[in-house]
Amino acid sequence: MLHIKCPHCGLRSQNEFSYGGDATVKRPELNKEVSDQDWDNFVYLRKSPRGKHLELWQHISGCRQWIKVERDTLTHEIFTTLKANEEI
Amino acid sequence: MQKYSVFNLIKNAFKGHKDWEIAWKDPTPKSEYDVVIIGGGGHGLATAYYLAKEHNITKVAIIEKGWIGGGNVGRNTTIIRSNYMHDENGLFSEFGMDLWRNMSQDLNFNVMFSPRGIINLAHSDAQMNAYSRRGNSMRLNGIDAVLLNREEVRKIIPMADFSENVRFPIFGGLMQPSAGTARHDAVAWGYARQADSMGVDIIQNCEVIGFDVSNGKILGIRTSKGDIKAKKIGLCVAGSTNILAEKLNMTLPIETHLLQACVSEPIKPILDNVVTFGAGHFYCSQSDKGEMVMGGDLDGYNSYAQRGNLPTLQHVLTEGIAMFPFLSKLKMLRTWGGIMDMSMDGSPIIDKTHIEGLYLNCGWCYGGFKATPASGWTFAHTIAQDRPHKLNEGYSLNRFSTGHLIDEKGLGTKTWIS
Repeated sequence: MLHIKCPHCGLRSQNEFSYGGDATVKRPELNKEVSDQDWDNFVYLRKSPRGKHLELWQHISGCRQWIKVERDTLTHEIFTTLKANEEI
Repeated sequence: MQKYSVFNLIKNAFKGHKDWEIAWKDPTPKSEYDVVIIGGGGHGLATAYYLAKEHNITKVAIIEKGWIGGGNVGRNTTIIRSNYMHDENGLFSEFGMDLWRNMSQDLNFNVMFSPRGIINLAHSDAQMNAYSRRGNSMRLNGIDAVLLNREEVRKIIPMADFSENVRFPIFGGLMQPSAGTARHDAVAWGYARQADSMGVDIIQNCEVIGFDVSNGKILGIRTSKGDIKAKKIGLCVAGSTNILAEKLNMTLPIETHLLQACVSEPIKPILDNVVTFGAGHFYCSQSDKGEMVMGGDLDGYNSYAQRGNLPTLQHVLTEGIAMFPFLSKLKMLRTWGGIMDMSMDGSPIIDKTHIEGLYLNCGWCYGGFKATPASGWTFAHTIAQDRPHKLNEGYSLNRFSTGHLIDEKGLGTKTWIS
C-alpha cells in the first residue's frame, strides 16, 4: 500500500487516489502550428523511466484535487508531493 | 541431441538417470554473431529457434541478464487463446494456435498444451451483443467461437454464481473451445534446448550495458561479459524495453506497468476451462496440480518492482469471489508480479526501427505468453528478411503516428486504466 501525502489533506492511503500518468508531458501550445511529431510526443510517447518519475494523481476520494507526486518506479519510495500548479 | 522418449526414459532409468545430456550449454560469448537476440524469455528463445529452423541462421546468441525463463514467461497465467475481433490480432494469434498444437512434437518437449476452452462471461444484453459481434468476427477469420446462453454456461460451470439477486448476473458467454493453457516453463526450456542444439549460444547472467551505433547502423552491443559485434540485433525484453530504448535514445509508445497473479492451495478438480469475469478484469483456471490460477488488473501506476501491491489483489479477488463464490473458502498459496510493456493501443510492436539492423519486439501488454510461438516466428522472419511478415505488418512502430491503431479494447492511450 502506497501512502501519498496530499498537499491539501495530508498523508492518505493509496485507495483514495486515482493515477493520472506522466506529469512531465506537455500539451502543444494552443493556436500554434503543431507538427505530427509534437502530437506523437504528447499523445503516445513516454520515457517511462526506472527510478524517479514525476506523475499525476487525483485525490478522488478526498479533496478531488489533481496533485504531482515524485515516486521511484522501482522501490515505490515517494520523495515529494506538490500541488498541480507547482513545479519541482 | 538426445531425443526425449519413453524408451530413453526407461533406458536411463536403468542407469540411475546419470547419463542424460545437459539440455543446453553455458558458452562464453564469441566476439561476433550474425544475429544477437537480447532477452532470453519465451519470445527471445522462440525467435532464435525459428531463425535457425526456418531461415538457417545459426550464428546467433541470446543475451539474458538473469536466467532464461525467469521473466514473464515464468510469471504468467499460461492462457493461450486467439479470441480477438480485429484482423491483425485474430490472424496472428490463430497462426500461433497452429504452432501451439504441434509444439510438443516440434520441440520434442512436452509443453502440456491443454485446449480446454476459454469462456468470457457476459453480464448484460449489451455485452451479449458485443460478444456476438466479436464471435462473428472471429469466425470470419477461421477462429472457432460459440455464443453460449445462460443455461449453456450453467452446464459447463455450475459452480459460478447463478443466483438471481447478484450485482452482475450471468447472461451468457463467448467461448473459444480451442483455447487453453500450457506448461509455461516447458515452453522456455523446450525452445532453449532446440535452439542450443542448432548452434545458438544461450548466454545467461550477461547484462547489456550499451549499444554501438554508427551512421544510423547497429554494429554491436556492450555487455557485462565484454563487447559483442553483430550484424543484426533483436530486442525481446518486455518489461525492460524502455530501459534499453533509453540507451538507444529512443522514446517508445510504451509504459512499464506491473501485473499480478496468484494461485490458491491445490484442490480437487472443479474447473475444466479458463473463465473470465465480464464485469471487471479477472480470469481463472485450474492447474494440473489443482491450484486455482488467477489474475486480473494491473497495479495501475508505472512500476518496475516485479512485486505487487495488496489493494489491487484485493480488488481482483473480490471480482473472483463474485464470479465463483467458492473461492472465498480457499487459502492463497502464492502471489507474484511481472512487469509489462503497456503499449498505447494495447497491441504489440514487431518491427524494424530507424536504426539499420535493429529490430523491436515489445508492447505485449496482458497477452505475451500465448503469443510466444507466433511472435518468435514472425520476429525471426522480420530479422532474417529485413521486412515484416504479412502477419505482423499491422504491428508496426509507426502506426501511432499514422493513425492505424489496433485498439482491441477501445481504451485509447491509457491501457493501464481498468
